[in-house]
Amino acid sequence: MTLTFEDFPPGRYGTFGPRHVTRDEILAFAAEFDPQPMHLDEEAASKSMLRGLSGSGWHLCSLMMRMMADGFITRAASLGSPGVDEVRWLSPLRPGDDLTLDVDVLEARTSKSRPNLGIVKFKCTVRNAKGEALGEMTSPILIERRAGAV
Amino acid sequence: MRFFEDIEIGQRRDIGAYNFTAESIKTFAAKFDPQRFHLDEEEGKNSLFGGLAASGWHVGSACMSLLVADGQRLAREATARGEEVAVWGPSPGFRDLRWIKPVLAGDVVSYANVVIDKRTSASRPGWGILTARTIGTNQRGEEVYSITASAFVPMRKSA
Repeated sequence: MTLTFEDFPPGRYGTFGPRHVTRDEILAFAAEFDPQPMHLDEEAASKSMLRGLSGSGWHLCSLMMRMMADGFITRAASLGSPGVDEVRWLSPLRPGDDLTLDVDVLEARTSKSRPNLGIVKFKCTVRNAKGEALGEMTSPILIERRAGAV
Repeated sequence: MRFFEDIEIGQRRDIGAYNFTAESIKTFAAKFDPQRFHLDEEEGKNSLFGGLAASGWHVGSACMSLLVADGQRLAREATARGEEVAVWGPSPGFRDLRWIKPVLAGDVVSYANVVIDKRTSASRPGWGILTARTIGTNQRGEEVYSITASAFVPMRKSA
């Protein structure tokens, strides 16, 4: 059954994962989208502020997206997102990390201009296996309302 | 790459353009954002986007790839002039990312950024934090993407 706006009341929605991240994935993403030495080269990375090879922050965000997609978005009547309020990169993504994603609904409201859809503001926190928060994202997603709800 | 001291608020740079082919849109979406309107032309046409649409994370990651390439260009130019090259640090994050209009297969998005703030880091001596607004514009001159992002930028070693 397709998830609709009504399935996302404020509060904890769920925890998703784990998603294992390999060193090869980190290097491949960095080579294509973020080829800074701290994401590609062990030696340069060890001298960087992050002290060791780390994944691109954009890779981390893309993985958060994939975990949301697998967790619920591809089963929801999602119409996409207008943007992201904020992303904070808190700790580096490392090769071999097993990621989990905590998803909270901060706010759910119906659209005034398009009464058939609602706007659900999610806060997602991605953690490694030790429970350390690596990143936080706050973003609204447009989701259709249940038929007959209007 | 430039040092913190060499960067002025208001500086603007064109950082390059990215061609969103149908193949690149689907490849990215299959890995990271497998929603129907990012994977299939027909599904895209029937969605709010009106065509096969790039994942917003593809639009942002493409911007990052151009920012890095631009930095590498600046570094090569500085090296050619015999100047010291700054190695930038990581980013603490971003805010106010807007996917203003869909980016559809065949679109070419040109990105430009403007420095909007610089301050010294309280926690990391020798580093500053630079904030820039980057805007992506399609081949029809329509703004499709904008973001305000920060990065740690090294200061010149004190003389």
